Amino acid sequence: MSATTPAHRPHPEDPREALLVLADGTTFEGEAVGAEPPDGVATGEVVFNTVMSGYQEVITDPSYAGQVICFTYPHIGNYGVSVDDDESRRPFCGGVIVRALSRRPSNWRAHEDLNTFLVRHGVPGLSGIDTRRLTRHIREAGSMPCAFGTAAETTLKAAALAEPGTDGLDLVAGVTTTEPYTVGQGPLRVVAYDFGIKRTILRHLGRMATVEVVPASTTAADVLARRPDGVFLSNGPGDPAALGYAVEAVGQLLGEVPVFGICLGHQLLGAALGGSTFKLKFGHHGGNHPVRRLADNSVEITSQNHSYALVEGSIPQTELTHVNLNDGVVEGIRCSDVAAFGIQYHPEAGPGPHDARYLFDDFELLMRAGPTDGLELEL
Amino acid sequence: MPRRADLRSILVIGSGPIVIGQACEFDYSGTQACRVLKDEGYRVILANSNPATIMTDPDFAHRTYVEPLAPDVLAAIVERERPDAVLPTLGGQTALNLAIALAEHGVLERFGVQLIGANEQAIRTAENRERFKAAMTEIGLSVPASGFAHDMDEALAVGDQIGYPVIVRPSFILGGAGTGIAASRADLELFAHAGLAASPVNEILIEKSIAGWKEYELEVMRDCADNCVVVCSIENVDPMGVHTGDSITVAPAQTLSDVEYQHMRDAAFACIRRIGVDTGGSNIQFAVNPEDGEMVVIEMNPRVSRSSALASKATGFPIAKIAARLAVGYTLDEIRNDITGETPASFEPTIDYVVTKVPRWAFEKLPGLSEVLGTRMQSVGEAMAIGRTFPESLQKALASLEHGRWGLNCDPGEAALDRVDDDALLARAAVATPDRAFQLEACLRRGITVEQLAASTRVDPWFLDQISLIVEERRRLTETAGPAAMSRRAWRRAKRLGFSDAQLAWLWGTDESTVRATRLGLGVAATFKTVDTCAAEFDARTPYHYSTYEDEDDVRQGDRPKVVILGSGPNRIGQGIEFDYCCVHASFALRDAGFETVMVNCNPETVSTDYDTSSRLYFEPVDLEHVLNVIDAEGGDGRLYGVIVSLGGQTPLKLAGQLPEGLVMGTSPAAIDLAEDREQWGSLCARLAIPQPAGATAATVDEARAVTARIGYPALVRPSYVLGGRAMSIVYDDDDLADAMHELSGFGSLGREGGLSAERPVLIDRFLEDAVEVDVDAIRDRSGEVVIGAVMQHVEEAGVHSGDSACVLPPYDLPEPTVRVLEDYTRQIADALTVVGPLNVQYAVKDGQVFVIEANPRASRTVPFAAKATGVPLAKVAARVMTGATLAGLRQEGLLRPPNLGSHVAVKEAVLPFDRFPDFDTMLGPEMRSTGEVMGIDTTFGLAFAKSQIAAGDRLPDTGTVFFSLADRDKRAGLGPAVRFVELGFSLNATAGTAAFLEANGVPVDAVVAKVGDRSGGVDAVDLIANGKVQLVVNTPRGRGPRADGAHIRKACTTHNVACLTTVAAARAAAGGIADWSQTGLRVRSLQEFHAESQERLAL
Repeated sequence: MSATTPAHRPHPEDPREALLVLADGTTFEGEAVGAEPPDGVATGEVVFNTVMSGYQEVITDPSYAGQVICFTYPHIGNYGVSVDDDESRRPFCGGVIVRALSRRPSNWRAHEDLNTFLVRHGVPGLSGIDTRRLTRHIREAGSMPCAFGTAAETTLKAAALAEPGTDGLDLVAGVTTTEPYTVGQGPLRVVAYDFGIKRTILRHLGRMATVEVVPASTTAADVLARRPDGVFLSNGPGDPAALGYAVEAVGQLLGEVPVFGICLGHQLLGAALGGSTFKLKFGHHGGNHPVRRLADNSVEITSQNHSYALVEGSIPQTELTHVNLNDGVVEGIRCSDVAAFGIQYHPEAGPGPHDARYLFDDFELLMRAGPTDGLELEL
Repeated sequence: MPRRADLRSILVIGSGPIVIGQACEFDYSGTQACRVLKDEGYRVILANSNPATIMTDPDFAHRTYVEPLAPDVLAAIVERERPDAVLPTLGGQTALNLAIALAEHGVLERFGVQLIGANEQAIRTAENRERFKAAMTEIGLSVPASGFAHDMDEALAVGDQIGYPVIVRPSFILGGAGTGIAASRADLELFAHAGLAASPVNEILIEKSIAGWKEYELEVMRDCADNCVVVCSIENVDPMGVHTGDSITVAPAQTLSDVEYQHMRDAAFACIRRIGVDTGGSNIQFAVNPEDGEMVVIEMNPRVSRSSALASKATGFPIAKIAARLAVGYTLDEIRNDITGETPASFEPTIDYVVTKVPRWAFEKLPGLSEVLGTRMQSVGEAMAIGRTFPESLQKALASLEHGRWGLNCDPGEAALDRVDDDALLARAAVATPDRAFQLEACLRRGITVEQLAASTRVDPWFLDQISLIVEERRRLTETAGPAAMSRRAWRRAKRLGFSDAQLAWLWGTDESTVRATRLGLGVAATFKTVDTCAAEFDARTPYHYSTYEDEDDVRQGDRPKVVILGSGPNRIGQGIEFDYCCVHASFALRDAGFETVMVNCNPETVSTDYDTSSRLYFEPVDLEHVLNVIDAEGGDGRLYGVIVSLGGQTPLKLAGQLPEGLVMGTSPAAIDLAEDREQWGSLCARLAIPQPAGATAATVDEARAVTARIGYPALVRPSYVLGGRAMSIVYDDDDLADAMHELSGFGSLGREGGLSAERPVLIDRFLEDAVEVDVDAIRDRSGEVVIGAVMQHVEEAGVHSGDSACVLPPYDLPEPTVRVLEDYTRQIADALTVVGPLNVQYAVKDGQVFVIEANPRASRTVPFAAKATGVPLAKVAARVMTGATLAGLRQEGLLRPPNLGSHVAVKEAVLPFDRFPDFDTMLGPEMRSTGEVMGIDTTFGLAFAKSQIAAGDRLPDTGTVFFSLADRDKRAGLGPAVRFVELGFSLNATAGTAAFLEANGVPVDAVVAKVGDRSGGVDAVDLIANGKVQLVVNTPRGRGPRADGAHIRKACTTHNVACLTTVAAARAAAGGIADWSQTGLRVRSLQEFHAESQERLAL
């Protein structure tokens, strides 16, 4: 590997010259963009995302809390940023790494350019990076902590080593809503756990139901007191194993009310059903993963963003409904006994293809059938 | 679902000759289809009239019919072979139209043949605009307001109702022939007239013009289980109004938000499902209003298209291969992604680079034509480049065009724009022409803002801002003193924006090698990344690379000796698919012989740029900088054996002298130069006592006059180091000569490529009128043995460019002793030049004497034709010889066999693009104008010639009237054919002079026709042709200007699709063909059968 590692930078040509340093010591050259991080050092666990469009939705997806997102597509920011495309109230990611940040966006939907957006929201970034080299490195070595910025290489290296990663951390607490709120006007009643919920999910649920969004720490009793037709478990950041309280609540809800979980919500459902989770080497982050729907053997192209997954076969009494065709990872489960199902990927698609939106219809059918009659539904 | 077991044999229909709008991309797709179906165990029958294709190699199908692609011929093939299915979706519009014709004529039903890939209903819905519009409306997709018309009244009524401007598109056509934007009722009248005539069903669509909207394409695949994927999105830099084939296009889409993109994806799937394309690839075009995002569907191709080839090369997803598998029943998830080897094909490629395609036009071949681009495609080829960013890929793509440009300006070519003032430049940029990209950069460099430029050109501001990055970097570079003042970071910044070393050298007034050396000295070298369909998410096995300036190189080297093969770049007139055929064959042969082959090329249409043709593919401009980069990348381990420069036409040959010493395989660069150097060549011929037409070189008009004063007129004037007769002309007097020299000296098209100089003088030769031209292809090995590959006699006389002339193998009326002399001269020349590899020599035979015209120590345009006709794999043999094998050794190996001749005759006929350029005279001359070729093969010259004419689109009549109009010098020679036509039962019409001559010689003429436009004399020839009174025209040119009578006649023939022969020789051949045809009628036979029969005869 011919990594360019300048030992020192006495006279930078450009004050924005910056470095990315991974926890294993690998360094990359680029220029600082976005917000200036405190002391010129930004940190997080670096992951790569392979979408070619949808950077704003990715950056504002709370599931990226604690992570630095490396986009594999080189030009990022081309069509600017639109208030309609935010997936949450603000970005929670630790930073953004790109090959070429577009300075002049062009799209009728754009309200501002991406750099301004990053600065406004305090998200540091790095441009000009050989993102393919970074991606290949992560693919081989796995997702790992990193630090980047205009600080000296030694400072960045120390910061990368000090960065904790995501294992065993409750990152949900930092992104969930503090107060319950209601969205949507559909005829059904859904209580949605906000572990870091995306707005596109709420838009889908809101069409069929009046959705009460509740903090991650809400107890099962509190949820049931709201007399929902169904409970939704949202996506969110980090390690499901660190969320014992949520697993406990989900366990108490099962059988009482139909449950649908997406991504982290799916993992929590699996955990509540007795399953275990593991961390993938570099996760699934992109918009092109083929998933087989076992009910009819059809293939759907899915939007994915997860670093953890359920261990196949670890969950008693549960049926595998969807499987990733690239690597066989569990992508969907159903437990007929308790009218619950979970999907590892993002059927709401924000960003990404719309192939799996039928799953929201399935949730609606399940709710209409009630907690015990939905057993025969083909998901 | 597994492969269909109910099918055993499949007929694949190819796309025929290369024409504008239908080029090598269908060789790529057809070759993949044949390979896949053969691998799957089907009996593959192929029909394609184009001998220059890889797919018509007898190895790719069980039965290869190099026969005309006409419904009756296809029906005969179906009847003979009884295939279970026909696969028509990989041979372009030609194949689709033929499939529809077979269905319509009941052939499919009669012989129980299924259409696979697309059904008749789907084809009709997609291709018929009225049905298509109704179908789209039904599924809730918007289409531009439109109406259909079948005659002029209807057309004007629709136009008035929709409101102008409107766009006119004929139904069932390819490449947009007969389409245009009408700004007014008067315009509409013109376009409707042409459009109604162009449409085989006399139907046109008149549509609200949405010129200026953003244009997109999605490449979609669907399998029989209804799984759909988008392989690639493409965004056009040129907005709506310019045919997508004439637009600079970029993959993936750059300026769509995900919300918009997913909406478009949904629409594309709805479209393919509604149209009912059961399996395979389709291409769906959309327009988006940049003001409010309104999206409309423009059209859909229910087949693999030019864009599919581009999408395949852009993503690494082999659309044609997968389409063929889907057609026989597989589903996407059952097919593995070749590139990762592990993941399934049911995914959507994601890429981590930017691909830019730039069209290659041939206006320099068609002087006098407007270069304004519109909805009718005019380009003849394209180059694609891959970079990590748009600026890098754009500059690489422009350098790939070989149009004398080294990137986006910053080269000598930009001077042409310097003289234009700002307002005029902005006004020019508003009109789409081949120069638009350069004008955009020049505007921005002068300080015209992105907003101003976007408003007047409708090019998206994002693209313009990206071009501004190039402009700003150039400013910074200009302020830098020179290469020595560049820091590592500065080099990297410039190279990442795609600046070539040649551009930088020009900017700093230094030479390219200094720039390169200084840059490499600071460690800024090209790195090679991999095209892997997955943005590095998975480990890629496929060795498909492009250069960029990054930290890390992905290339994995093998462990065998390596040979680099330089390809031929974008298709153009004079250098096309024939050279790709040679390069691909070299790669196959050398891989078989144990080498690793490394292909360098930039043409996305070709088989050579398939990732599995060679051991490694570098998708790069074929210019010095990029070739040296590849040599550096491959040479590091000491296993680089050499570089092959003589199979890709003139493009790589030009580089021979600049490559590192000793790397050029085969004939030495010195010998290549010798053949090009007039004086050395002249003295070589003198030494060998081989006659040449008198001639000399000249660098100025005065020198030229001195030459013609000595050798006399007529004279042939041509530049050195060009292919395809670029700027070649026959001059009859001093004025002609002055014009020709002026054209060559820098003001004309050639000036762009450097003009005249002492190093590149003009060659002036005495022109031998009425001589027979002969091409000889030969191969010489390092031991000195020479094998004659083919002796081909041209039908048209010397003076018509060899690429535009029909040619016949074996010669049809050369005496045996003359053939011996030709072979002997060829051997002597090969020895004298110490050729190792291929050699092509052109001769003129006049009154029994053989003159040598020129020799080229490289593979020629005729190599694939000769190989198809004789069964000898000349390109493979040449490649092996260049890498050290001897002919004797290859004979022992079985690769080199004696030619299979004796039981058949093959005729190669040129296919000309005149139907695209109705204002251009169809007269043939020394400047090559054909875009492609077809082959007719049969048992006699006449039959083979007749087939070649059908294949070229000019079916010879069997009864009716032949119109004769002969130049004085042709009258005597024309007598023979005239007599023959009368004997065959034709009646003759002729112009007064010709009629008088014929009647004086006892040939009855039924009617004397007035001079064109002379109303007092009754109907003229144009009227006769227009009214269908004439079935064949023989018109040999007399005047030399387009104003001449003949020009009108030839134009009328083009317009009304009447076969028009412009030489007596062709008339003679046609008469022979009609005679033989009337005896035997149509008989089809496969190449394999022709060759087997010849072998049997040989064995006896």
